[in-house]
Amino acid sequence: MKKRSLPKQIALLTAVAVFSFFAVIPFLVMLINTFKQDADLYRPQNNPFWYNIPPTLDNLRLLFLETNYLTFVKNSLIVGTVVVIITLVIAVPAAYSLARLAGRYGETVGIGIFLVYLVPPSLLFIPLFRVVTSLHLNDTIWSLILVYPTISIPFSTWLLMGFFKSIPRDLEEAAMVDGFSRLTAFLRVVMPLSTSGIVAVIVFTFTLTLHEFVYAVTFITASAQRTISAGVPIELVRGDVFFWQSLLAAAVIVAIPVALVYNFFLDRLVSGFTMGAVKG
Amino acid sequence: MEQAAQTPTKTKTRFQYLTDRESFLGSLFLLPAVLYIILLVGVPFGMAIAFSLSDVTVGDTSLDYVGLENFRRILNTPQFRRALVNSFIITLIAQLFVIILANILALIFYEDFPGKWMARMLIIMPWATPISLGTIGWLWIFDSKFSPIDWVLQQIGLLGPDTLLGPGKHLNYLGREELAMVAVIIVHVWRMLPLATVILLAGLASIDKDLIDQAQVDGAKFWRIHRDIRLPLIYPIMSIALLFGLIFTFSDMVVVFLLTRGGPIYYTQVLPTWAWFKGIDGGNLSEGAAVALFLFPLLLVAAILILRSAKRSEIT
Repeated sequence: MKKRSLPKQIALLTAVAVFSFFAVIPFLVMLINTFKQDADLYRPQNNPFWYNIPPTLDNLRLLFLETNYLTFVKNSLIVGTVVVIITLVIAVPAAYSLARLAGRYGETVGIGIFLVYLVPPSLLFIPLFRVVTSLHLNDTIWSLILVYPTISIPFSTWLLMGFFKSIPRDLEEAAMVDGFSRLTAFLRVVMPLSTSGIVAVIVFTFTLTLHEFVYAVTFITASAQRTISAGVPIELVRGDVFFWQSLLAAAVIVAIPVALVYNFFLDRLVSGFTMGAVKG
Repeated sequence: MEQAAQTPTKTKTRFQYLTDRESFLGSLFLLPAVLYIILLVGVPFGMAIAFSLSDVTVGDTSLDYVGLENFRRILNTPQFRRALVNSFIITLIAQLFVIILANILALIFYEDFPGKWMARMLIIMPWATPISLGTIGWLWIFDSKFSPIDWVLQQIGLLGPDTLLGPGKHLNYLGREELAMVAVIIVHVWRMLPLATVILLAGLASIDKDLIDQAQVDGAKFWRIHRDIRLPLIYPIMSIALLFGLIFTFSDMVVVFLLTRGGPIYYTQVLPTWAWFKGIDGGNLSEGAAVALFLFPLLLVAAILILRSAKRSEIT
């Protein structure tokens, strides 16, 4: 690492600080407001970045005890877990098939499946609303469990396909020479080597279910069935009355841990997005 | 080894014989994924087209063919035309800023500096957080009465009676047409900047360091190296970042839905929110589907471009 002159170093760090501030300002505001009393928050002349009256835990108490927040969290956890399982069961074999068994069509079919990931919920929510209604799944979290894999399977298949390709073919072929069938070679040789790829898929799928809003707000109107992403912004507003501090607290409580976990898997997600053009 | 060698001689069921044939196993492995996608993406897409050509509503679920009537009707409303134009304006301006800022940010993070790991985590937060929750933070920042921006502007003497930004004590960001558009664009830039940055950073990291060192030895300065070496080399990656940004911003419903609900009046509506208000809120599934279908051509073009750049990177 080459040495920078002091002015250059200062300029660099200032730029980092400015960009970081832009990135975190909404979270900063949320975090401060979480502990603010009404009398402090609702006076426009008060410093919004400081506690003009001592902070309070009342807003958190309200959030956890008098709203459906914990129900939203529970629903999100259930939806996320079940969707992760469905995604793994379907995407892992599909990815292996495309990487090893489908021959030269594998790559083309793989890209085709990846493109499905780009079909946005805002294009399909109206017909899917009908599908969900006719299956009598609306107003239950099962509607989301049914539909979310349409987003997670394509991306996960693509990610895992690249991962399986990076495992040397020789390993399975050696196992097969030793008498393993293709299926057992896959289960006993390839799968144990794929743990980090599978963990990335789990993280990606789980965050995707946490993020998704369009389907969540369309299929579910019953408060007790809502998930975090739709429940917090829609249910914590009564008519025109915003429970601002609780609302912002609810958002920041989820945002920070998700960002922490996401940070660890970033490189792998990037290599998925760049279609293997760059190895992450 | 002996044990393994004996495996094939064990009696096999019919199924095991089948799974030994690679093409059969390949199809069996792929089938669930393909079925899932056909049934829950392919079929609904066909339904969207069918809806848009029919008179289906939430109340009357029979599909009667009406031709292009829905398209004619929505095209004649100012709300739809506004939503169409806004979708393009917001997407293009937001992506312009995203790509410029992402280039700067990627160059910054290409350097080493103390606290880099922490800074990377902060920078990535807007993308890692559910956008509906991030938007709530912005909703407060742009609040008509309690906006922290207003407070700062008042403190430095730019807002309030006898100041540059006018006699009012508040700018009322979301209540004014132009400012509401700016607010929507800011949130989109905020949201997409991390993804574009990390993609560009991956591109920068893949450049052969010797190439840059060699140029420096030859006396090339920063901008020369940047313009003639880095930019051409990361151009394919940059176009991928740009295309993803275009797709995600163009099809996003959340930001406008939570920030302005399309207001003031309908001046910040975009295609996805207008489709939602028509189709789900208003119960007019056929017109809603017709509005949403206007997303498709641009998404298709972007997808084809991504496909082409992926094919190109395979060859090289």
